[in-house]
Amino acid sequence: MSNDEVGLFGIVFAVLGGAIRVGTPFLFVSLGECLTERSGRINLGLEGNLIMGAMLAYGVSYGSGSPWLGVAAAAGAGAMLGVVHALLCQQARVNDIAVGIALMLFGTGLAFFWGKPFIQPSAPHLPSLSLGAWSDSPALRSALEINVLFIVGVLLAPLLAWFFRNARWGLNVRCVGESTEAAMAMGLNVNRVRLLSTMAGGALAGIGGSFLSLYYPGSWNEGLSSGQGLMAVALVIFARWDPVKCVYASLLFGGAAALGPALQSVGITWGYYLFNAAPYVLTLAIMIATSSAKRRLPGLPGVFSNLK
Amino acid sequence: MKRRTLLKGIAGAGIGAALGGLGITRAFAEDKVKMGFIYVGPRDDYGYNQAHFEGKSTVAKQGWVKAFDEENVPETIEVIKTMESMINLDGAQVLFPTSFGYFPHILKIAGKYPKVMFLHCGGLWDASKHPKNVGSYFCYIDEPMYLAGIVAGHMSKSGKLGYIAAIPIPQVLRNVNSFTMGARSVNPKITTNVVFTGGWANPVKEAEASNSMIDQGIDVVTCHVDSPKVVVETAEKRGVMCCGYHTNQAVLAPKGFLTTAEWNWSKVYADYAEMIKSGKTIPNLARGGIKEGIVKSSPYGAVVSEKARKNADDVRAKFMDGSMVVYKGPVKDNKGNTVIAAGKEYKQTDIWLESMDWLVEGVIGAAKS
Amino acid sequence: MMRYLESFAIPVGALLVSLLLFGLFITVAGVNPFDVFASIYRGAFGSWFAWQDTLVRAAPLMLTALCTALPARAGLIVIGGEGAVVVGGFFAALIGIVLNGVFPPFLVILGMMLVAAVAGAVWIGAVGALRHLRGVNETISSLLLNYIAIALLNFFVVGMLKDPATLNKPSTYPIGDANMLGAMGSSSIHWGLGIGIIVCVVLWFLMRRTTFGFGVDVVGGNVRAAQLTGLPVGRLIITACALGGAAAGIAGMIEVAAVHGRANTSLNAGYGYAGILVAFLARHNPLAIIPVAILLGGIRASGGVLQRAHDLPDATTLVMQGIIFVVILASEALYGRLRWLQPKAQPA
Repeated sequence: MSNDEVGLFGIVFAVLGGAIRVGTPFLFVSLGECLTERSGRINLGLEGNLIMGAMLAYGVSYGSGSPWLGVAAAAGAGAMLGVVHALLCQQARVNDIAVGIALMLFGTGLAFFWGKPFIQPSAPHLPSLSLGAWSDSPALRSALEINVLFIVGVLLAPLLAWFFRNARWGLNVRCVGESTEAAMAMGLNVNRVRLLSTMAGGALAGIGGSFLSLYYPGSWNEGLSSGQGLMAVALVIFARWDPVKCVYASLLFGGAAALGPALQSVGITWGYYLFNAAPYVLTLAIMIATSSAKRRLPGLPGVFSNLK
Repeated sequence: MKRRTLLKGIAGAGIGAALGGLGITRAFAEDKVKMGFIYVGPRDDYGYNQAHFEGKSTVAKQGWVKAFDEENVPETIEVIKTMESMINLDGAQVLFPTSFGYFPHILKIAGKYPKVMFLHCGGLWDASKHPKNVGSYFCYIDEPMYLAGIVAGHMSKSGKLGYIAAIPIPQVLRNVNSFTMGARSVNPKITTNVVFTGGWANPVKEAEASNSMIDQGIDVVTCHVDSPKVVVETAEKRGVMCCGYHTNQAVLAPKGFLTTAEWNWSKVYADYAEMIKSGKTIPNLARGGIKEGIVKSSPYGAVVSEKARKNADDVRAKFMDGSMVVYKGPVKDNKGNTVIAAGKEYKQTDIWLESMDWLVEGVIGAAKS
Repeated sequence: MMRYLESFAIPVGALLVSLLLFGLFITVAGVNPFDVFASIYRGAFGSWFAWQDTLVRAAPLMLTALCTALPARAGLIVIGGEGAVVVGGFFAALIGIVLNGVFPPFLVILGMMLVAAVAGAVWIGAVGALRHLRGVNETISSLLLNYIAIALLNFFVVGMLKDPATLNKPSTYPIGDANMLGAMGSSSIHWGLGIGIIVCVVLWFLMRRTTFGFGVDVVGGNVRAAQLTGLPVGRLIITACALGGAAAGIAGMIEVAAVHGRANTSLNAGYGYAGILVAFLARHNPLAIIPVAILLGGIRASGGVLQRAHDLPDATTLVMQGIIFVVILASEALYGRLRWLQPKAQPA
């Protein structure tokens, strides 16, 4: 009986902890995508930034001994891929989604090509804070073993929301995302705003990758990402282009991904493949439930509205 | 079509020089033993594929061997084409496609190349069904897994062990069972919790499974996935003990490392190379374990107690002299059915064990989804 | 005439530029690029064996490319080819198992193809319907459906539909040797290539020579205009998606009926994702997909030679495909801008 209780709480803690651990990369890519889309561009290629960031962060951390230098390198690589995306997309007739897919292929290829020497060595990891030190439950303690990057991400979300609402630059981003013509009429350099937004968004995705390789699961190999970057665009729709909601969406997604292994670890073994698909089914269901053919989605940047 | 012609033209410019170079190497390589190796994952995954790659690298050091390989070859028509390409372009005499799922594809083309030997890792060659130039080789890696189980049984305080596995296929289940039986030979109350991640390389799920298990009070984890690095490192980070798999992972977990069930493909491949060189007939079905020196345990980690070492060493000695039988009745599965009757025993060489579809008593988990 | 010249010269020019960039990349990596190009040629087009290798790899790409190309003509970016392949292959195997021995092989194969096409059509047609009826973003929904299809396949293949005889690689029961698609003539290329080419040609005809195809292009050009002219926009979008899905479904059937003989996780081998690249390089023209798929098949076929002859990692071909994709997309901006390719307005 008491054993069952431990099991049940175990699941709760495991899913809670998993939501944070698995959710952090989702948080960074979705914040990055949110910023990019608010400026009126879709970057489907954040998977490439993520993988490139993961590889470079691991390599730099291993070479220099400083994981934070690794994070910086990941952000830099992500920003560069973002710049390439922005520069290509500002050409006439160049489709931003297609460019995203192309850069995903390119970034992944480069990361795999250069990443071979870093698969085996152990690089220094990012530090974490033990917020659960007061508890004597090892499960709770591990669930509250919070990485600094997660905290950065959680703080970044309201900051980004404030930026969109109050900062002049943030208003510019929104204006460019609302209507290209109006922004141009206001004298804004549309391409430059989009370039900076895509660059910053790409950098955030790169940081998300560094979390994967430098903290959780904490190792570089070619199977590291299972499509976390690809999900960014879905998460942003899910979050209605609101950075704070991106936090909730990422946690939900992370928790859903942690459910399968957690259930198996207490002996619930039926249909683990179906549980593995839970996050995707959930996202699709919510998208179908909340979309509408007639009205524009709340929060949808205006330049996308004619695309629906 | 024109694009292609153009490409042909561009490439044509450089081809003369390249062919010249090839001619020279061909002449040198003519009497070498040519061996092709195919891996389903990256060469350096710190696990299954790397173990084979290391075997290949060792045998390639012999001056009279020419070994070549290809990584990340999926189990589709691509592996057929890779094999044919190694035969047609590189003159391979013997091929080692090392992934379980390659077997049906090998059978499809072996008939076409009767002079080439296709040696598959893990498959079950059957004289009545399969061509003569196909063979299979595998090691009883579950023997060192059994020893790892003994060590884990001694070291575990909670009596709960964890096993992170890819998919429920016989070779995986056999490892889970042997590990559990080894542990329960020490303490019959021990249980092993098994989590299937659903794929051979899925680091996030592997880490998540390890964490969930450790949350449940499991204090020794091991795994059967392509790369054990994540599981071993997660265990170390969480302060529990671990057994590795495929290759020695001691450096990844200086505190909690117990031992690893390791392959020794270098010996296997060197033996095959010798056989081909001296013109011996290659056996179609090759199996071996600790006794044959083709699997081994890594040196014990620092934490392993004297008692555990002694117990494991004693059993290893019995494996060496052939007196140890793991699957000796009565054995029940984890649903209470008797799978091996009292008095009945299946020696390691018994093919029946290679179609295992049950989990032994003491394993928490299901062999079927 | 000049228009054709442009649509030929720009992609070829872009291809040359991307090969140049790839050559630079290879040089930086410390390998002689001319040797590498020679190896690519040798592995892809250097012999009849290499040609067969290339063509057999091109076959599934032609069909999965259509899954992106047709919806793209209607203005939708669908990346769900992978899921449609899986679903098509899975249902083809199911029907093959059921009909095996009941009907002659010809009918079984036809039945498998039909069922696979319907399954793929429903799968991607649903993406189009969700987009049209509920405004659900088609790129994302098709991506999510890929994951769902793969999970369902795994669930059934490891679980209730598993043939216990498939020990080391869980698979469904076999469809029977008699029902397998054979090789074309004396080659080692299976009939998947023939089917792929036929489907491409038929769909090209449909898109270029019928009112349906014209309607789809109008919708893709401007939805508002299409609505104003009274075109059945929803029906056109959904049909274009369904046709693309049907093609990818057939690709799955070919994997089952020509390669594996049963359904298993190898259906999820990345053909759907590679097809996206082919579709964009072919600028969503079903006829252009044929040579582009062969080119890409050749690159993939030469990957092995690069590994063996130059010790390059397999990611080399990934980098090459990435460079080609990026450069070709960038070249889109050049259409109508290169003066020497435009119709002459006045004598030069």
